[in-house]
Amino acid sequence: MDSLQNQPHDLLRVEGLKVAFPLLRGELTAVDGASLRVLPGKITALVGESGSGKSMTGQTIMGLQPVQAMVSGRVLFDIGKAEPLDLLGLPRDGRMIRAIRGDRIGMIFQEPMTSFSPLHTIGNQLSEALRLHRPMSRSEARERCETMLARVGFPHPGRVFDLYPFELSGGMRQRAMIAMAAICGPSLLIADEPTTALDVTIQAQILALIRDLQQERGLAVLLITHDLGVVANLADEIVVMHRGQVMEAGPTAEIFRNPQHPYLRGLMQAVPVLGAKGRVRLRPLREIPAQGILELARMSQQPVAMRAPGARPLVSLRDVTKAFLPRHQSWSLISSNAEPVTAVDGVSLDIFRGECLGLVGESGSGKTTVGKLLVRALQPDSGSIIFDDGHDVVDIGEAEGKALDALRTRIQLIFQDPVSSLSPRMTVGNILSEPLDVHRRGTPAHRRQLVMALLRAIGLSEGAASRFPHSFSGGQRQRIGIARALALAPEFIICDEVVSALDVSVQAQILNLLKDLQKELHLTYMFISHDLGVVNYMADRIAVMWRGKLVEIGPRDLIMEAPVHPYTRALLAAVPVPDPSRPLDIAAARTPTAKAEAHWPAAFREVRGQPVRMADLGGGHLVRMQVLAEPHDLPSRRVVG
Amino acid sequence: MLRYLFGRLLIMIPTLFVISVLVFAIIELPPGDYFESYVQELRMLGEPTDLQEIETLKARYHFDAPAPVRYWHWVTGMLHGDFGYSFEYRMPVNEVVGDRLWLTVMMSVVTIMFTWLLAFPIGLYSATHQYSWGDYGLTFLGLIGIAVPHFMLAIILMYFANVWFGISIGHIMDVEYLDQPMGWDKLRSILSHIWIPVLIIGTAGTAGMARRLRANLLDELGKQYVVTARAKGLSPSRVVLKYPLRMALNFFIADIGSILPAIISGAEVTAIILSLETTGPMLIRALQSQDMYLAGSFLMFLAALTVVGVLVSDIALSLLDPRIRLKGRRG
Repeated sequence: MDSLQNQPHDLLRVEGLKVAFPLLRGELTAVDGASLRVLPGKITALVGESGSGKSMTGQTIMGLQPVQAMVSGRVLFDIGKAEPLDLLGLPRDGRMIRAIRGDRIGMIFQEPMTSFSPLHTIGNQLSEALRLHRPMSRSEARERCETMLARVGFPHPGRVFDLYPFELSGGMRQRAMIAMAAICGPSLLIADEPTTALDVTIQAQILALIRDLQQERGLAVLLITHDLGVVANLADEIVVMHRGQVMEAGPTAEIFRNPQHPYLRGLMQAVPVLGAKGRVRLRPLREIPAQGILELARMSQQPVAMRAPGARPLVSLRDVTKAFLPRHQSWSLISSNAEPVTAVDGVSLDIFRGECLGLVGESGSGKTTVGKLLVRALQPDSGSIIFDDGHDVVDIGEAEGKALDALRTRIQLIFQDPVSSLSPRMTVGNILSEPLDVHRRGTPAHRRQLVMALLRAIGLSEGAASRFPHSFSGGQRQRIGIARALALAPEFIICDEVVSALDVSVQAQILNLLKDLQKELHLTYMFISHDLGVVNYMADRIAVMWRGKLVEIGPRDLIMEAPVHPYTRALLAAVPVPDPSRPLDIAAARTPTAKAEAHWPAAFREVRGQPVRMADLGGGHLVRMQVLAEPHDLPSRRVVG
Repeated sequence: MLRYLFGRLLIMIPTLFVISVLVFAIIELPPGDYFESYVQELRMLGEPTDLQEIETLKARYHFDAPAPVRYWHWVTGMLHGDFGYSFEYRMPVNEVVGDRLWLTVMMSVVTIMFTWLLAFPIGLYSATHQYSWGDYGLTFLGLIGIAVPHFMLAIILMYFANVWFGISIGHIMDVEYLDQPMGWDKLRSILSHIWIPVLIIGTAGTAGMARRLRANLLDELGKQYVVTARAKGLSPSRVVLKYPLRMALNFFIADIGSILPAIISGAEVTAIILSLETTGPMLIRALQSQDMYLAGSFLMFLAALTVVGVLVSDIALSLLDPRIRLKGRRG
């Protein structure tokens, strides 16, 4: 820490910041004596898990902490005068601090969806920030705002000015948010998880924008994030926080090369990454004891059917299509001629017994719809979904009555949100035994035994059965969700974004648990995720979806190291790697996805009327391309992995 | 937007039709009709009955025709602005209701304004000063306001007005103006009387509305966009007035649908106790005496007002809330 101290030119210095909240008994310390600095024109990353106090630090700098918070320490901000100003010493919400907010310090947040008021236009909210600090006429303000909107990447700023926030996509909203934070030309931008809620390709674009603004305008950025990949790509300096305290701070390259603190080392090992290194078993920060899996395997009394080579696939989809009508159209009095949105468009793929098939794609690519079709939450418009367990052959889309009941015990789903997927009014024991009750499995005593075995298998104590879901943490709840899916001893489990709502350290626990369960219980997984690092860790084969179509499928190593389809390549190129020596291709990220499509090689472009097929490249590697194109015409297959 | 409006207007037709059938059926449900109970009453009093006149009226209003025919005459009459004949008052319904309707509307509008003017600042203060002594005090007063029934408040006020000031606070104006045409003196008399029923009827509404505004605002105050607005450097009061308050307004507008019919029916029980010349007591009397056209037309009128009120609030909501107005555009 000493090396940080004698720097005269810090833009922002936080010294011994302490933020505490009064509780009924005693107090809760959110930030415990944290000190950090931000150099002018540089990006400083504040890294930590949720609950580490990093967001609270960011808010307190601006004086935006909750009213009950008790704050001490100093926040020194350089305003160009001889002495820096102590922001904490200013009256709360007073004139002085309000002149700093929005003018000298801008802030952007994680949720671009809720950060704007939905009732006011983008232009209204944007020019408000400008005219508050720089009194000027409406027309002048509009002009300045449109220039700024154009700068953050809107092709038609005049139109965006009059749009409402909900008319923009998440990435576009985050751009508008950046425009609003930077409109007065602040010297510091506090970005609180600015890309966490976005798709990878959009994330890369937003990161590129922040980097550009920083370099162009000498903007200093305090980047609050948990994503080490983002940090490695963007930050000049890193500050690592854990339980309200600063664990480690220093230049990015140095810290990544030689992390000193065991916490940071642990954090790095807990994150799944791309490449061969990403297949080494993750080491969670806190291991969970889960020894009951073998016992559960014995109890579930399933004949162990191993995957025989050359066996028929467990599930096979053929030309599956599902379209939705836009909601207001299906309600309209007058029938409309609006086109239905095709969520899944002619998808054919096989899932073999005992494997884990990763399904990746951006939001809106139709991957969750595929998952819903597989559990028969939806029925396909056309095509077949055949479930073949070696004894019976059932079409999932057509099954009725008893066949459907039986199918429901064979195929289970684990959800993304561990909070809303468990009923808050049922005890964990009831939640776990409900599937058994519904399907009348065994005697009540046997059910109770099975519930206990399930709890032991996921690393919870038997006492958990009588508690309610709200008394568990997010990771524990997700484990309960897994146990619920396992209760009926299914063969096939669909994991829909199971770790995206969880913290990095917890994520590793869940992924390891899923892997262990798969091995011991001979499960087959369909693993849906937008996080390529996670899919790389879990999947044996990977399928890539784009706008409802399957564009590429193949063994993991081939997809990860030698992707052929330009969309797969773009997706992989957009993943930030936690290694400063392998930066993102920022130039590529600047081109919006829609435009990039025009630059795809002719063989992959989707042209109406020209037939396409899944071309076989050998080794189970298929790619969607035009019938007339030849696989050997393709650009070099190998890329640096 | 125009298509939406057109569709909404179109769907009002079957709605009103179903309501009219229901109203008619309900009025026809009790055995007998107005004439039977009237004749019976006269006989009990031992007065001579003019059966001839009754027969004329019966024939004129098709009382002997089957129910569907009577329904048909009633509905088509209403479409022409003829709401039928009040047998009890021996006058067309239009004339019976006429004057009272305007008095009721006036009283209700003043009540609503009173409610809003009081409820808004109270709700705003309670929400922005949550768990302060001021908030607790206003909450306490509000809960009392909600819990005490109107008529009780009316009786208490009447009692104390009599004991302390020796005046009677009944009626909506001084009795001598009752049947006189509208004039300055009459208006002054009305204004000097109207504040008592307004206070009585408005108390519970004010308290309820302040509580709802407080709850809605508290939901909104914790939202991310409020933090965004503060991070821009807006002053706390401007933040609250521009963003969360605007969001919290939606439920006020959604309320218009239920306010309109309430304006006309006008707090019946209180009106009876205070002997107010509003429509509330008349409706109750008409229902009791099976004065079928008066009651039926009245109920129909209330139903139509509800339907129109919901339409008005839907249109206002879509004008004020771009999410409702524009969401359909993107699909």
